[in-house]
Amino acid sequence: MANELTCRCRKRLASGFELSAELRLPLAESPVTVLFGPSGAGKTTLLRLLAGLDRPDDGAITFRDSPWYDGQRAICLPPQQRRAVFLFQDCALFPHLTVAANVEYAARRETARRLMDVFGLAELADRFPRALSGGQQQRVAVARALAAEPALLLLDEPLSALDAAARARMRHDLRRMLLSGGVPSILVTHDRMEAVALGDWMAVMVDGRIRQAGPVQDVFRHPADAQVAESVGVENVLPAQIVSHHSGLLTVAVGAAQLQCVDSGETGPVVACIRAEDVALTRDSPRDSSVRNRLPGRVLSVIPEGPLARVELDCGVPLVAVITAQSAAELQLKPGDDMCAVVKTTAVHLTT
Amino acid sequence: MDWQAIWLSVRLAVSTTLILLAVGMPLAYWLAFSPHRWKFLVEAVVALPLVLPPTVLGFYVLLAIGPRSPVGALYARLTGGMLPFSFQGLLVASVLYSLPFTVQPVAAAFAAVDRKLVEASWCLGVSRLATFRRVIIPLALPGVATGAILSFAHTMGEFGVVLMVGGNIAGVTRTVSISIYDQVQGLNYGAAAETSLFLLAVSFTVLALTYALQRRVWALWPMS
Repeated sequence: MANELTCRCRKRLASGFELSAELRLPLAESPVTVLFGPSGAGKTTLLRLLAGLDRPDDGAITFRDSPWYDGQRAICLPPQQRRAVFLFQDCALFPHLTVAANVEYAARRETARRLMDVFGLAELADRFPRALSGGQQQRVAVARALAAEPALLLLDEPLSALDAAARARMRHDLRRMLLSGGVPSILVTHDRMEAVALGDWMAVMVDGRIRQAGPVQDVFRHPADAQVAESVGVENVLPAQIVSHHSGLLTVAVGAAQLQCVDSGETGPVVACIRAEDVALTRDSPRDSSVRNRLPGRVLSVIPEGPLARVELDCGVPLVAVITAQSAAELQLKPGDDMCAVVKTTAVHLTT
Repeated sequence: MDWQAIWLSVRLAVSTTLILLAVGMPLAYWLAFSPHRWKFLVEAVVALPLVLPPTVLGFYVLLAIGPRSPVGALYARLTGGMLPFSFQGLLVASVLYSLPFTVQPVAAAFAAVDRKLVEASWCLGVSRLATFRRVIIPLALPGVATGAILSFAHTMGEFGVVLMVGGNIAGVTRTVSISIYDQVQGLNYGAAAETSLFLLAVSFTVLALTYALQRRVWALWPMS
């Protein structure tokens, strides 16, 4: 059995928007797939086609060798037979049912009870959805979905309804919950941090087409084209080790250099995300190599992009900087130069 | 007071309401959710009894169920009886006459149910019929109750259609409003006043109940 989801389908909407998506997801290697792209790229539309809530105009969707949709053979399984549970942005909990009844809605009682215990919902069992916070509603929605023992979970911007603080907390919980079920998930987001924190595999969607798919860090590091690079926004996604915590600041080792950043309680191996625009270049070599947030390195290439220039450096780790064409000229940058990259403390974003 | 006529009207109204719920809910579901482009024609047909004079509706029903019509002939073959001037004939006419009073509020209530809840249920593997029963009906219950109450009240007070189809046979087709008409014709104003007051009280109670339901005076469950 091919443990994968393949989708190749077209759908024209009444608005004139046309989706034409081709996707192959290896389900075993990527428990959580992120469908990433700017708003209006067609991410939700694709998710609805996968769930069976909308019907493509043409194409085929195959999940683990079973055809979910085949335009030529006129096969289109209804959502009930696909068991691809769709989690709506606002959770779509049944307002007339308690938390317990929501989780048990399409599940065996023991399964529902177990999941409610696992997700810490036991003491909320008799509450109605409107009496829950956004984060609690989210947990109920995921529990309800997993209780139905689905083949695939489809999440449409699951954290967008939460406020910033709750979102950071839920990000971690959500990944744990998704993995606990052992059910492959596809998650729509336009948030870079969410993509890095939640996903194993990532598909970038621009203008109704899948432009690139692959492991999350690969996509961030090697965008297939400029449009993908623009939509993913973060050029530098660097594996890092935490070195020390000190008065609200955190020091991480990236390659040979050390970066200081704001401490938001991360532990273990982390990933440092730095936008290329936030990297400045200077010719001064650091007198002391332990100076923080300075990464000595060698210029690999300088690519002019209109008023800007894209500079690729080797600082032990690959690093991309985007500076103005004017400063590139003033620095007289050319491949092989030894330079020093400087990154502001607040420009380094850590995710796990 | 003409208790025989009141009892007949109550029986007719209850039967009509039950039949209308059974027929009207699937029709309302189709009207609320079907993307069919000719839906407006069905909507217009359902709304016809609202604007058609009861005599016109009654006339057509009389023709349609008469012994020479296919419906009447089939009924005669199956039961040996005749539909015009019988309780069963009245029932057919009442169902048609009150159809919009059930279908319109129920369809509006169905359409107001958040589409996402319905889709969430389908995705969880629950069939369309079970979703209808477990999600749509509970959430549309105030609308369904309104439709049932209005149909009941409308049938209790109907006059023209009953007269056309049922005539005026005591205990068979003489409903409350026909009994009142009879009493007034016979200059029996006292009895007419009593029966009228009874009908007024019933109508007021029923309407108060309907509006209370819509305002959620007694919340059936907490809603967000």
